[in-house]
Amino acid sequence: MHKDLEDYDGKLPGKMLQELEEKCPAGKLKKAAKRLYEEYLAVKVDSGESVGVVAAESIGEPSTQMTLNTFHFAGAAEMNVTMGLPRVVEILDGRKEIKTPMMEIFLKAPYNKGKDIKEIALALKETTFGELVTEFNLNVVDLKIDVKLDTERMKQLSITTATVVKSLEKGIKGATVKGEGSDLVLKLKGGEDKGLNELYKLKENVRKIYISGIKGIAQVLPVRRHEEFIIITAGSNMKKVLELDFVDAMRTTTNDVQEISEVLGIEAARQAALNEVIRVFEAQGIDVDIRHLMLVVDTMTVSGTVKGVTRYGVISEKSSVLARASFETPILHIIEAALVGESDELNSVVENVMLNQPVPIGTGLPGLVAKIDKEKLEHGETK
Amino acid sequence: MTTEVYLNGKYVGDVENKDDFLKMLKTERRRGAVTTNLNAMYDDRLNAIFVESDRGRLRRPVIIVKDGIPTLTEKHIKQLQKNELGWNDLVQQGVIEYLDAAEEENALVAFDEKDLTPEHTHLEISPLAMLGLSASLIGYGNYIQSSRFIISARNLRQSVGLYAANYHVRMDMDINLLHYPQRPVVTTAMHDIAQYDKHPSGQNLVVAVLSYRGYNMEDAIVLNKASIERGFGRSTYFRPAASEELRYSGGLMDNIAIPDKEIKGYKSEKDYRLLEEDGIVFPEAKVKEEDVIIGKTSPPRFLSSLDEYSLAGNVRRESSVALRHGEEGVVDFVLVTENEEGNKLVQVRLRDARVPEIGDKFTSRNFQKGVVGLIVPATDMPFTSSGITPDLIFNPHSIPSRMSVSYMLEMIGAKAGAMNGRYIDGTTFDAEPEEAIRKELISLGFRENGVETMYHGATGERLTAKIYIGPMYYLRLKHMVANKIQSRARGPIQLLTRQPTEGRAKEGGLRFGEMEKDTLVAHGASMLLKERFDSDKTVVPVCENCGIIAIHDPYKNKRYCPICGENTEVNDIEISYAFKLILDEFKSMGIYPKLVLKSKY
Repeated sequence: MHKDLEDYDGKLPGKMLQELEEKCPAGKLKKAAKRLYEEYLAVKVDSGESVGVVAAESIGEPSTQMTLNTFHFAGAAEMNVTMGLPRVVEILDGRKEIKTPMMEIFLKAPYNKGKDIKEIALALKETTFGELVTEFNLNVVDLKIDVKLDTERMKQLSITTATVVKSLEKGIKGATVKGEGSDLVLKLKGGEDKGLNELYKLKENVRKIYISGIKGIAQVLPVRRHEEFIIITAGSNMKKVLELDFVDAMRTTTNDVQEISEVLGIEAARQAALNEVIRVFEAQGIDVDIRHLMLVVDTMTVSGTVKGVTRYGVISEKSSVLARASFETPILHIIEAALVGESDELNSVVENVMLNQPVPIGTGLPGLVAKIDKEKLEHGETK
Repeated sequence: MTTEVYLNGKYVGDVENKDDFLKMLKTERRRGAVTTNLNAMYDDRLNAIFVESDRGRLRRPVIIVKDGIPTLTEKHIKQLQKNELGWNDLVQQGVIEYLDAAEEENALVAFDEKDLTPEHTHLEISPLAMLGLSASLIGYGNYIQSSRFIISARNLRQSVGLYAANYHVRMDMDINLLHYPQRPVVTTAMHDIAQYDKHPSGQNLVVAVLSYRGYNMEDAIVLNKASIERGFGRSTYFRPAASEELRYSGGLMDNIAIPDKEIKGYKSEKDYRLLEEDGIVFPEAKVKEEDVIIGKTSPPRFLSSLDEYSLAGNVRRESSVALRHGEEGVVDFVLVTENEEGNKLVQVRLRDARVPEIGDKFTSRNFQKGVVGLIVPATDMPFTSSGITPDLIFNPHSIPSRMSVSYMLEMIGAKAGAMNGRYIDGTTFDAEPEEAIRKELISLGFRENGVETMYHGATGERLTAKIYIGPMYYLRLKHMVANKIQSRARGPIQLLTRQPTEGRAKEGGLRFGEMEKDTLVAHGASMLLKERFDSDKTVVPVCENCGIIAIHDPYKNKRYCPICGENTEVNDIEISYAFKLILDEFKSMGIYPKLVLKSKY
């Protein structure tokens, strides 16, 4: 580091110092650094500034203007994505099950040129037995089901009858499977006590058996983005997708924050939550300063897991009983606090509002400091 | 294929041929063999026929059409004119039938006779028949958005007018009466039918579409002071007060008279000063808030044998009727009578003259309502080259976004009508055409588009823009500031929480709520926030030992703790009463809320 900048080490962020050193001529460094430091201090949030409330208002106010739009993809396969307020609520609540999970799968060099893109995409899609069948024929007399397979579809997905039989044998109990070409026979095991009911149940169960593709990927849509082809999916299974060797794991992503937290870790989840919220706001043409959103996603992720802004998540982390009680289900919180004998230090805003005390924010923060001569005070002398 | 038939939502059976069935049902209904209250609809998606005869369906009359020819003929019309036929005859003869919303789905209704084709099943009697009474009183209704048109019609019902000619012998609640109602220049067919000129509810004003020093922003209007002095918008507000001599068990009863000084809850002599010997105010007395208008006493609330010994017992209670907070007026009419139960009933009607003031609500008939923002002396009002000063200045920004073209049309219509001394027919869908009115204006020496050169009222300078000006029918709406104004610095509080009461009637405060609190927190205005929430602050003694609220005995000037007794340190703290309340509630739940005190500094 340049000697002129050493004074500011630790006072200014490293990145700033680095940039200054790179861009500023050496002779003017000292002056520039001084000016930068002044500017940096002026721009910092003052202590006692209620950043939380300001963030809440800055996000909350424009949210009321959002419409309950669902966004439609232009293309052959229709895909719905939750957007607008419901999506923001979904992200900030830290929901485990989101309404429309979605992935953007980027591919490695030779695959992203668009050749065979449809086949690659189709191979990702979860295929169940029901989709490969053109006809079920229930035979009550022999307690069997004759199945006609969709050979064309199977060819497309490069599935053979043998693999289908194999997966079926793994997937069902109480029936035998025999198959050749486009015909397949399912026969109920065991005696005469079984009838049409069992046969019908078998048919319904067998439909849902997984044959090929990636579990959870319900729909695929190859899309051209800039110079390459990517695959957008409805349904998400990040772990399995990243394992595929033709997938570019660096860029592939999902809109399920919880899943990212599990697969890539908490820092990635923080960034994902931030990106998702920004995306919703941008789509609606709403300009919210990123720092407000960062504050929210930071509080959601500090604990190491994704916690929603709900009474089970972030709010339950508050140390004050009264603050927790003032946000939903008060009786529950008070009883639980009473059982363990919790004490409230009255360190935050809500508690002090309840007690009608000055809130420790802004003008409520500083106290008056006076120099008192101890000796004189003890002797009872006052000026 | 069979079709399912449902009667009033219940399945009743199947029919083989739906068309035959529907046709039969309709002919029988038109013949009068089946009740005319019946409607049937075929739903092709469900393949079902729904027959309805329930109450509560909206239905409207239309003329039946057969093979493209309406069943209503010239003969019928002649008979109608001679009064040989009535409406019900037409319904019975199967000339007119009522369709409900469901049956209308199967019908094809022609708007006009010339649109008729063989496919049509019905013909509109008149396009005006689509509208209700108050909607059809609005001129040029087909030149506004339907939603605004509907709201406009609703506004009309709140207007102040001559609601009944016998108002002076009626005791209606909350009634307003316009002093000088006028008939509008732009009328509709409904004005004649409903005899609107017998009970009009508005006045014709000269309106200039112009902004005036920002005092008519955001739907405000500027009024000419001279117009008000000439009687524009003047109205009277009537409110009756009633009291009854109730009978109680034990032969006791209320007594309407000037209350005795000994009774419980006696107000003050001043409050009873307006009462005559019978305990009722005299007519034409000027009364103000808190003044008693009907003096009444009631027997004591609880009666027991103990009363014989107690000195305080057997005292009657005060139960007079007094004017509410903020009310004033003149006693208009006093009525002493008996009600159904034979109890003496006294009714006193109060009257209060209401001159338009800032904040009163007015509207045109075209969804252009507004409150008075400023009352300007006539000398400062802009004037036209012919010397006309407007009675009302209306802001031009209210027009483009709302697209209320009817407002513009009514104005040039009324201008032509007023200058030519005739009424303009503005019936919705059937109005006098704009072109004709424009031509008429030219022939009268005006610009055809209704604008005129105007001059600034104060400086006399010519205004650069030409101003759209003309007469408009304006209505005064019953929402007046005098009934709504409220303010409070101190006042009554609730017993439980010691917080201010809610609502105007209780002289309440305006709630500084959760989100308002957040704004102060966001500004860091901590001390201001505390001051705002000081409305229920209390000082309570707290025992330092156990942390429970202690007791202060002002007689002995002693403080003691209910748990630790007198040998403990007790200190005062200042908290909100609501918090003291929640501590008490904790205690009642078996939770021990211990306060640990420490010096703040």
